[in-house]
Amino acid sequence: MLPIIFVLPILQLVILSNAATFEIKNIKFSYVDHDKTSFSRALIEKFDASTYFHVIANFPSKKEANAAMAKGEVDVILEIPRYFERDLLKQKNTDISVAINAIDGAAAGVENVYINQIVQDFNKKAKVALLTPTDMVNTPIDIVAIPSFWYNKTLNYKTFMVPGILVLLVTMITLFLSGMNIVREKEIGTLEQMNVTPIKKYQFIIGKLFPFWILGFVLLTVGLTIAKVVFNVPIIGNLGLIYFYTAFYLLVVLGMGLFISNFTDTQQQAMFISWFFVVIFILMSGLFTPIESMPMWAQYVTEFNPVKYFVQVTRMVMLKGAGFNDILPQLTKTIIYAIIMNGLAVWSYQKTT
Amino acid sequence: MKRFIGFIKKEFYHIFRDKRSLFILFGMPVAQILLFGFAITNEINNVDIAIFDKSNDATTQEIIHKISASKYFSIKQHITNEAEIETVFQKGKVLAVLVFEKDFKKNLTKENSAKVHIITDATDPNTANSITNYISAIIGSYKMEINKNVNLEYQIETKSRMVYNPELKSVFMFVPGVMTIILMLVSAMMTSISITREKELGTMEILLVSPLKPFQVIVGKVIPYIFLSIINAIVIVLLSIFIFKMPIQGSLFLLALESVLFIITSLSLGILISTVSATQQTAMMISLMGLMLPTILLSGFIFPISSMPLPLQIISNIIPAKWFIIILKGIMLKGVGLAFIWKETLILAGMTLFFIALSIKKYKIRLE
Amino acid sequence: MKNYNVIEVENLTKKFGDFTAVNSISFEVKKGEIFGFLGANGAGKTTAMKMLIGIAKPTSGKAQVAGFDVFTHPEDIKKNIGYMSQKFALYDDLTVKENITFFGGIYGLSRAKIKEKRCELVEELGLGDIVNELVGSLPLGWKQKISFSIALLHSPTIVFLDEPTGGVDPITRRQFWEMIYKSANNGTTIFVTTHYMDEAEYCDRVSIMVDGKIEALDTPKNLKEKYNADNMNDVFLKLARNSS
Repeated sequence: MLPIIFVLPILQLVILSNAATFEIKNIKFSYVDHDKTSFSRALIEKFDASTYFHVIANFPSKKEANAAMAKGEVDVILEIPRYFERDLLKQKNTDISVAINAIDGAAAGVENVYINQIVQDFNKKAKVALLTPTDMVNTPIDIVAIPSFWYNKTLNYKTFMVPGILVLLVTMITLFLSGMNIVREKEIGTLEQMNVTPIKKYQFIIGKLFPFWILGFVLLTVGLTIAKVVFNVPIIGNLGLIYFYTAFYLLVVLGMGLFISNFTDTQQQAMFISWFFVVIFILMSGLFTPIESMPMWAQYVTEFNPVKYFVQVTRMVMLKGAGFNDILPQLTKTIIYAIIMNGLAVWSYQKTT
Repeated sequence: MKRFIGFIKKEFYHIFRDKRSLFILFGMPVAQILLFGFAITNEINNVDIAIFDKSNDATTQEIIHKISASKYFSIKQHITNEAEIETVFQKGKVLAVLVFEKDFKKNLTKENSAKVHIITDATDPNTANSITNYISAIIGSYKMEINKNVNLEYQIETKSRMVYNPELKSVFMFVPGVMTIILMLVSAMMTSISITREKELGTMEILLVSPLKPFQVIVGKVIPYIFLSIINAIVIVLLSIFIFKMPIQGSLFLLALESVLFIITSLSLGILISTVSATQQTAMMISLMGLMLPTILLSGFIFPISSMPLPLQIISNIIPAKWFIIILKGIMLKGVGLAFIWKETLILAGMTLFFIALSIKKYKIRLE
Repeated sequence: MKNYNVIEVENLTKKFGDFTAVNSISFEVKKGEIFGFLGANGAGKTTAMKMLIGIAKPTSGKAQVAGFDVFTHPEDIKKNIGYMSQKFALYDDLTVKENITFFGGIYGLSRAKIKEKRCELVEELGLGDIVNELVGSLPLGWKQKISFSIALLHSPTIVFLDEPTGGVDPITRRQFWEMIYKSANNGTTIFVTTHYMDEAEYCDRVSIMVDGKIEALDTPKNLKEKYNADNMNDVFLKLARNSS
């Protein structure tokens, strides 16, 4: 059991943090060039030179290209029409068509932006080359958009994912274990033994909670160490603040676990119910997908998601250096949550069962 | 055979007596599909941004108007000095600040060029990148608009066609993923738990002492879950067709066959887990902790595999879910037949055989 | 009739790596006998029993159960024995009736036969309406009696009982032993492990295992004489002390 509690999460933190990126690169690019002129080749070369695209194939016809897309071999097909160069030079305009595999709609959107950037850039250079100086009197107006990425200049998504996945693992393990705990005793029959002892309700609950509370801290510490040592995630804020917050957060999770435990008869049920909530909590936590993109009602629902607060607090403190006042709203809500959850847990735990 | 049927009947009793588990078993897929369909998206939508307009002229107004008119952004506040940028980010209120330089319009008319800064809170680099892309695109289209009368000559126009998902609905991408995860976890977890449960309660010993063959015991325990998983798959497909208007382009029959294959793959994985774990707790931790995150992250469900570092792309090959997602997308969205997905099908079948063979080997060792 | 052996064990040995759990034990059990298999925890009695019921493979030696060899015909053995483990392994979420049907079913009893047996059982144990209740809701004593009856459902030649009376009150234990006597009188051989030494007195013969070996095997009366003890408890203590 111990290896599962420690080794699995750590392995996952180290390995899976590398997987969680929406960054779009190595786009599987292919083209059908009906023109085969220096112009069309120059355009394709532009794609080849870009770091986003990986030119995989050139197809003699659209039909073969479509089949390759159906097979999943390529994701983008650029089709350059016959007389592409001639039309551009003579009629002074032409068009090319692009087919994008849009099953992943968000990725397709980004791919489309990249393609347009490359074509526009190519277009601009072509214009400069083709236009006579007399045409140049009328220079186009340019608005330069300069992006700057704060707190994470290199857009290293690992600094973003590592704290998130760490939070997730701590939550999952403590919730699952505490959720199964009392039920396990019920199933094995040792709970009856406990009930005949003079131990008080709250003593029993605290005795049950405490080891997992400590376990949560150990996991957090190991995880933070990995974040720093392996991933070099900056820890700008005060680590003490994270621990302070975690102390309350773990109470929420453990209270929830015990509550589930009290309402179930078998470990299987307890596990299933914990699992149900964990999955929903993860998906609604802003860990993988932004909360801001959700519809309003869903954003209200996330207010009841403790994982959301933990994810926010770790990210705020570690990456932005947020202080006590900044995390106060999250902290307050978490404390209230902890009180309610543990109240319910104590209330629902009947010594007579 | 009669013994065997009695055994399966008993297994169904276990399942139907446990109302809470049953509720989760069928509630989970519905909840997840609805969440993914309605709430969760990796698109940019209604992102709160702030504006720091040092120029405040007609042009900047127009650009700001364009941005706020798009469905991607809503302008939360206007700020008036540099220091405030830090504060709004710190509070986590907005994800991006747009800074227009002084004399924006003047620069544009006099020097033909003006600058705008897109500052994003890149603690979430994925979102930051998308925001930057989208704002740039809006500004780009504005630029085209004001340049309309200049140099229409030598214009290359790109006509993009979004294949398989013209409206870029993210639910199209998530349905195959959710279906895969549900089938994988439910099948693997349920079987591994129900087998270890018998071990823990001591009934497994009784069954092994009975004339039932170990093989029959295992198959008998697995069959009910095949049925349940098939029902789950049907519910998911129906929800996606009727609520999210997701077309099923390919053959439903092929879809059913492939689903059954994947269910068997997952079940055999569950059996393998149960042979290595003595208690339900261990079985659950392995199937949940060991399967959930890798299946979500390495299968191409949410994150594109092609963007991952090479070692992870290689690792992703051993995740059964990856292959099933490819198959599902192929049948559901691309409408391809077996000719296009036989390779993935073969891989899944191979994995299934491997899991079963390994379980049989492990099982024998346990009985030594 | 009483004189033929249903279990014959000769130099049976089980090793786990370097550790010898069962060290070359030999004994016979006669038909209709109540054979007590005693030993401290870890003495190897459960392992020995598992070899006899066909769920563990012996390392060496010979053993026949109900006329079948444990090496070559474990499946035939399974059809002819009943087994009740220390956990009263019935399904808690099934009713008594469903448990009976299920276990009858896996031993290949016909539906009519199961029904007949069930009615017999209801009467014998005075189950009444309890048959339709979930086993999980019954007191331990009931579970234990039903568990034993279910182990006898298919009229096995031998019943193996692995510490059957753990955790129940003396009255129930007494009733339980009455059930054991009754079935022994009907010709069923009883092979029982226990660490209640008073129960050992009820057996026809007992063997005492210490550190993987059978240190003593005889009737309780003879053993007490041989070791000059008042009861089986003393016999056991003396043997255990000698070994360590």
